[in-house]
Amino acid sequence: MIEYLIDGPLWYFSLAVFCIGVVWQLARILFTAGKTDLSVARGSASSGAWRNIFSRFVPHHEIAPQVRVQVVAGYMFHLGLFAVIFFAAPHVIFLEENLLGFGWTPMPHWAFIVASQFAFFGLLILWLRRMLNSVSRLISTLDDHIAAILTFVVMLTGCLALLKGFTELRLLHRFTVELLLIYFPFSCLMHTFTFIPSRAFTGAWFGRRGIDA
Amino acid sequence: MSERLEKGLQVLRAEMDKKVMSFFSSCVRCGICAESCLFYTETSDPRYTPIYKTEPMRKLWKNEYSFWGKLKGKLGISEPMTEADLADWEELVYDGCSMCGRCSMVCPVGVDISMVIFKVKHALAVAGFSPEGLVGATERAVEIGSPMGITLKTVQAMIKHVEADTGLKVPVDVEGAEYMALLSSNEIALYPEYLESLVKIFDHAGVSWTLSSDAFEATNAGLQLGNKAIAGKLVQRVVDGAEKLKVKNVISPECGHAYIALRWEGPNFIGKAYPFRVVHILELLDELQANGSLKTTGMETERLTFHDPCSIVRRGGIQAQPRNLLRPIAQNFIEMTDHGSMNWCCGGGGGVSSNERAEELKLTAFNRKKSQIEEIEVDAVVTACSNCRMVMEDGIEANEMDMPLLGLTELIAEHLEQKPH
Repeated sequence: MIEYLIDGPLWYFSLAVFCIGVVWQLARILFTAGKTDLSVARGSASSGAWRNIFSRFVPHHEIAPQVRVQVVAGYMFHLGLFAVIFFAAPHVIFLEENLLGFGWTPMPHWAFIVASQFAFFGLLILWLRRMLNSVSRLISTLDDHIAAILTFVVMLTGCLALLKGFTELRLLHRFTVELLLIYFPFSCLMHTFTFIPSRAFTGAWFGRRGIDA
Repeated sequence: MSERLEKGLQVLRAEMDKKVMSFFSSCVRCGICAESCLFYTETSDPRYTPIYKTEPMRKLWKNEYSFWGKLKGKLGISEPMTEADLADWEELVYDGCSMCGRCSMVCPVGVDISMVIFKVKHALAVAGFSPEGLVGATERAVEIGSPMGITLKTVQAMIKHVEADTGLKVPVDVEGAEYMALLSSNEIALYPEYLESLVKIFDHAGVSWTLSSDAFEATNAGLQLGNKAIAGKLVQRVVDGAEKLKVKNVISPECGHAYIALRWEGPNFIGKAYPFRVVHILELLDELQANGSLKTTGMETERLTFHDPCSIVRRGGIQAQPRNLLRPIAQNFIEMTDHGSMNWCCGGGGGVSSNERAEELKLTAFNRKKSQIEEIEVDAVVTACSNCRMVMEDGIEANEMDMPLLGLTELIAEHLEQKPH
């Protein structure tokens, strides 16, 4: 019964919440009114927007030494997680069989181990910093902690699910993924998508003014 | 709900646009912005973290625009905003932020934190949570025409002195002139040499220009206070003055925030585009130099550096021009370690210098500029903003440093090539 629920209705429900929620949140941002800037532009807003979308992947060298921990741990976590989600063999097979109908070459097991270690350590470092650093502690919200813990649990159950003999562990992983999918659109996890319009809006503003950003 | 709170919330709601929504949806509270803010780096007080200064706006977004906030509201368990959510942020926003915008350069998800802080400032100003000094300056600007209480008579007296010193005529209310020049309060009260330099340079370059007796003041205390309605009134005065004289261009003085108010925010404050071009004095001098009208001679041999005024460079986009102007006259021009769009603020922008309550914090923040200057061991610092100059002079004096400060326009005027007789 639980297996049917997790593999069936709950999976489709969580997927629907995720997809509709993400589209709805993005649409809400993009279709909310913005003000037309009446000043005469010095430079191009669109090129500023595109430049900013990509340039912010690398911190300014003036500040890089002070933010090394966040940047290195951030990249470890995000790249590791991306690799595991889209290139771990069980995920590739799952996506092919359940969603896409086609697959691609998964990464070898050793690469999976490296990527998952990167993701685990990155997330742990970021979360510890959130707890221990006075700035991060002050500005962090409950949402940040829930998102971090939920992501950690999904990764942990994912590793446990590799023990193929235990269906319960696979179900547990899938259940936590479903919880994450449901939580995703209503949380800070939305930054996965909203960072693009956010960077674009600011980049366009800089671009209009001809600012070297 | 009190009337003040209601007024503040109304402003925050009106300022909630697609940018703000994308910003708060993207912020992951990484805290990187703290390292970009001199009020944090010089005090180590986490409350000065830039994104924390936007908390009233974030709280409103969370309560009224987020799924969980709306759900809590329906269930009657939301935490409503109170007067304290505004009152407690007054010190952070007015004393502990110079609106320098350095935080907006470093946010990995691209939040223009400085823009959101200005929106919070606007709400605080309308709700009446603003420092007395700034409110007084704004009232003087509206009633007398200048935040420092400077009247036309004062300007006329200064014009007389300048004419006597230079032997050149200062044109006033010349209809149809190519350019209308503006002055900031500081340039009238503390640095009259700025006008003297303009007169010499424009005479040298053959520029058709004028001052306006109706609109000579560029300082916009409304912008410093964060009150858009007042800022718009002050911009409108300049627009009216320029339209009356039918000028093609209005020259913003060296003052950084005056430039932002007039060039970039002004049309939005008054709700219409200008029928004239706004050009910053450094842009104009650069143009004159490029077309050969402005010719300089001689070189400063001292080690000179340039302090980039935040509102002119980082938020205004005028970065190459001061360097184009300095290099031909400065043999030993040295850049500070962090310069251009990643410069460090003097500590007194955004109205901090007009806010007596923030005096001690401003001097603490100046320590960043002090260490920047000391690191490169220069003989003098050149800048192009009368407010930066005043704030740095205070800092230099308080720290007993021996460091001359020079205005870029004045330096250019000192190096003008003699006109052939």
